[in-house]
Amino acid sequence: MDSLPKLTSTRKRRNVVERTLADLSHTMEQSLFAEELARQKGLLQSLDPRVKVLGILALLLAVSLSRSLAVIAGLYVVALLLAWASSIPMGFFIKRVWLLLPFFTGMIALPAFFITPGPPLVQLPLGLVITRTGAQTALFLLLRVSTSVSLAILLVLTTPWNGVLKALSVLRVPDAFILILGMTYRYIYLLLHTTNDMFLSRQSRIIGRMSTADERRMIAATAGTLLSKSLHLSSEVYLAMQSRGFRGHPRTMDTFRMRPRDWLWGGALVLAAALAVWLGR
Amino acid sequence: MDNDLVFDLQNVSFAYEGGQAALDSVSLKVKAGERLAVLGSNGSGKSTLLKLLDGLYFATAGEVRAFGAPLTEEAFQDEPFNFAFRRRVGLVFQDTDVQLFSPSVWDEIAFAPLQMEMAREEVESRVNTALAALRIEKLRDRAPHRLSGGEKRRVALASVLSLGPEVWLMDEPTTGLDPRSQAWLVDFIIEQGRTGKSVITATHDLGIVELIADRVCVFDEGHHLMADGTPKEILSDETLLLASNLIHEHRHAHEAEIAEHMHHHIHVVPQEHGH
Repeated sequence: MDSLPKLTSTRKRRNVVERTLADLSHTMEQSLFAEELARQKGLLQSLDPRVKVLGILALLLAVSLSRSLAVIAGLYVVALLLAWASSIPMGFFIKRVWLLLPFFTGMIALPAFFITPGPPLVQLPLGLVITRTGAQTALFLLLRVSTSVSLAILLVLTTPWNGVLKALSVLRVPDAFILILGMTYRYIYLLLHTTNDMFLSRQSRIIGRMSTADERRMIAATAGTLLSKSLHLSSEVYLAMQSRGFRGHPRTMDTFRMRPRDWLWGGALVLAAALAVWLGR
Repeated sequence: MDNDLVFDLQNVSFAYEGGQAALDSVSLKVKAGERLAVLGSNGSGKSTLLKLLDGLYFATAGEVRAFGAPLTEEAFQDEPFNFAFRRRVGLVFQDTDVQLFSPSVWDEIAFAPLQMEMAREEVESRVNTALAALRIEKLRDRAPHRLSGGEKRRVALASVLSLGPEVWLMDEPTTGLDPRSQAWLVDFIIEQGRTGKSVITATHDLGIVELIADRVCVFDEGHHLMADGTPKEILSDETLLLASNLIHEHRHAHEAEIAEHMHHHIHVVPQEHGH
């Protein structure tokens, strides 16, 4: 039997199919990991989702209202403690926030160091001066955003997405909105898998490099197919809903049950938020 | 008026928008408690028929009656009629990804009882009974997109079972199932028939027909009802099965030897596969 020719060179740049496949599998792995974390045993995982939504919302409000750097830093420590008590890997939790922060908030905070008027703190070459007020403003922004993002991530990592959505009903979010969000979440994964399969089948038939024009054509064709598939799917799903009695006004129900420890922790979180607002006023 | 009739179709035709015909002048009566298999190759109109029977599509010509009342778009505008019909008839879609649209198994099974405005305790009790009947209690908080094909099919059945319909419509229920799940599904259909429910199953899996049906209707590729009889009559009529594209002549291995001549036969019962 003829053997396959030896690999003569390794391609340095991955083509668009390979990149898309890598991104898709990364997204799917991430969601699987988040779901596993939400099912682990831990403090926040054991609480009623409504308590978590309200408690974390109270802490988020406290972060926004507080005018003291020390108090916001204190709330960040609270977020870290909650993550630790909920068995979330600390390295992952911290990195997830701080690695992305410079790209988004950092870009906005950077000019504040230099353009905010105030007493000079550090003199830099080229006549640039970091002012005390500028440093304070930028630090406020960075700390506020990182603490808020950490708290939001905490909620999502410790609660199955379905629980988060249903808990929104305590905030008087309409049932129809919750139903639509739930279905969107459910079908994103189906379309993700479909896209993955489409790209895999494409990859198995590609030899060598594709030209940029071919890549563009292929992506446009994939997007078109996906759109027509999702249109067909949506009309079929609507029929399936009608078949089981849906008449335009969805009725949903949660199976949440408040236990004493839910009240206790809910109270503690709201109290911590109130204390932070008072201390940082 | 025949009181034990569940469905009565008189010269029913259906065409999709754009004029593509799916059923052509079909007349058919289904009695209460009857187990009917609808056979036909892909595109012969089986799925369309089930959607017409479930009041999801409406005949472009002819008349469909269910429990004595005509199934029309106007009839379904009437809330009490819609409500009463949906409680009595349940459709299991071929594609479980269509059937399972909720973010969790529990929500999926609770969907129908909730739309029927049942009390909280009643909904919970129906969901728990359906979970236990299909032995999927462990899946209750899982997301449908994380389930295997067999598990998805069980949840799809549970989502209709919680409604407690007296008529089951099943569209290609064995598609994509492994032999063990197929055998289990056949048992489920047999059980529904035994408890007096009407079960109409669209399939092209000839191996299960004798187990799940007392009567068989065959559709041809021209979307006509070409035969109606007992499973024995239909399955022994090779000319009919060849004409409706349900069997084909082929060559394959018998006891490790490839057959020399072209021949055809029916593959029966998933687990006891043999011929």
